[in-house]
Amino acid sequence: MKKSTVGTWIGFIVIMIWCLLPVAWIVSLSFKSLAETTVGSPQFLPKDPTLENYKVLLGMTPDKSSSQDFLASLRNSFGIALIATFLAVVMATLAAYAIARLEFKGKRLVLSMALAIAMFPVVALVGPLFDMWRTLHLFNTWPGLIIPYMTFTLPLAIWTLSAFFREIPWEMEQAAQVDGATSWQAFRKVIVPLAAPGVFTAAILTFFFAWNEFVLALSLTSTTASRTVPAQMSFFVGPDPFNPPYSQLATASVIVTIPVVIIVLLFQRKIVAGLTSGAVKG
Amino acid sequence: MTTTVIPEGKLTSPPQKHVNSDRLVAENRLGRRLVAPAVIMMLLVTAYPMIQALYLSLYRYRLTAPDDKTFVGLGNYATILTDSLFWKDTLNTVIIMVVTVAVELVIGFAFAMVMHRIIFARGLMRTSILIPYGIITVVSAFAWQFIFSINNGWVNSWFDWLPGISATTNWYGDHWHAMFAIMVSEIWKTTPFMALLLLAGLSQISEDMIEAAKVDGATATQRLFKVILPNMKAAIMVAVLFRALDAFRIFDNIFIMTRGAQNTESSSFLSYRQSIEQMQLGLGSALSVLLFLTVLLLAWLIVKTFRVDLSTARGEG
Repeated sequence: MKKSTVGTWIGFIVIMIWCLLPVAWIVSLSFKSLAETTVGSPQFLPKDPTLENYKVLLGMTPDKSSSQDFLASLRNSFGIALIATFLAVVMATLAAYAIARLEFKGKRLVLSMALAIAMFPVVALVGPLFDMWRTLHLFNTWPGLIIPYMTFTLPLAIWTLSAFFREIPWEMEQAAQVDGATSWQAFRKVIVPLAAPGVFTAAILTFFFAWNEFVLALSLTSTTASRTVPAQMSFFVGPDPFNPPYSQLATASVIVTIPVVIIVLLFQRKIVAGLTSGAVKG
Repeated sequence: MTTTVIPEGKLTSPPQKHVNSDRLVAENRLGRRLVAPAVIMMLLVTAYPMIQALYLSLYRYRLTAPDDKTFVGLGNYATILTDSLFWKDTLNTVIIMVVTVAVELVIGFAFAMVMHRIIFARGLMRTSILIPYGIITVVSAFAWQFIFSINNGWVNSWFDWLPGISATTNWYGDHWHAMFAIMVSEIWKTTPFMALLLLAGLSQISEDMIEAAKVDGATATQRLFKVILPNMKAAIMVAVLFRALDAFRIFDNIFIMTRGAQNTESSSFLSYRQSIEQMQLGLGSALSVLLFLTVLLLAWLIVKTFRVDLSTARGEG
């Protein structure tokens, strides 16, 4: 029944516009000069395209006040997201292996707990964590964000990975051993290549979460020592609170969206597989 | 990797059945050791602070005056539940949740149908649909804030032929306009997720079944409502559950777009404002507990309404 009708064509165009128009708008806005948006510039394309905003934010102009904060927060975002992703994926891989392959008491409990945490309203923990982090001196530090990020991504990672691991033909490991491979060889040459795509997918989804997170980044940081880009952007209002620097905010938006676009372009198939792995009988 | 040892007492439980061989005991132990790091982490970062919140919610405790911590029992809860602001914010959150999830379900299903049927440019389509999903919510909120901006946006000039929209429509000037802008941003960002989950459900339905219904003379509408939708129940339920609970904690969009002006504050926002901005940890904790209970109630309601067991939806015994 798969056929492309006029309806599908229209649907395709609608979806493309839906997904890309706001992105195109932000890109277009980032090339408008600050002077243009301050006066008001309701048309879609810039009157006089300029790279000024990019130069200002990336520190290529004499005045480095905006770029310093922005680049520091970009560094924090990358560091925190990557470390949290790595730790979450390691822990989730162990747990998912156990869930997919071993019989043990409390398995269902672990899964229900992961599910409960996945649905947890993060903001409900902001107050108590704020209090705890101040006593433990974790407030406004990298670990102060890495710890909650990896915890809140564990459920998603465990979920995705156990669905992947359940599909792996584990008897191939024994088959390799029968053929004379040592257990380490069997694991490295047979199981690792089979499991790697799943682990990788879980890593991408975890990274997206950490890269996107806002509430905790806003509440558990106070300076650019650990503030990530989303939180930094929300403070980036410029001198006049009623007239935010539209085009500079748009430029910052474009810069933080670039890693997302690259990951999506390279790994779209894996991301879709990961997102839907727990959703249907598989 | 794991240095955590599970108390021996639990593992060497008295031999209950004959099948409890050494191998099974070893497997049991390995299983528990492997899940231990993840479980301990989750308990430490969520369960412990939640208990802490439960405890703090019984006190009048403000961080600016840490020594003045007095036990007030359920006083904080009474304060909250009798305050109209709490109910107004809850209502806002419920409206946002219901409207966005309903709209997303319809649009998401239409998108899923298109993606299911399309035979060209599948990669391009998948890439495009993942961009709103992957984009930072704060960025999406800024993009839409600027789109609806009276001086720098194009909504007013592009849609001025619609009744109620003119060049001078101020989208942040009153409650409903602002709520509309917030919901549009939320729907734009999360419809792709919904569409992908529904697409996964859609691709599980055998074409033969739909074909058979067609041969039997079912119209397109009948095929949709009698064959396709009932067979996608598990996927729809998972999509609605996840999105509804996600929509209920809406914070980023509101914080960026209106900062709660024009009564657009959500429950999460109120909880954040009390705990972090006002440093009223007692009152903030009580709000957190209430938020948590609401989410539990919501999850229970959705699971009951759809009458689908999550573990079967997941293929988990």
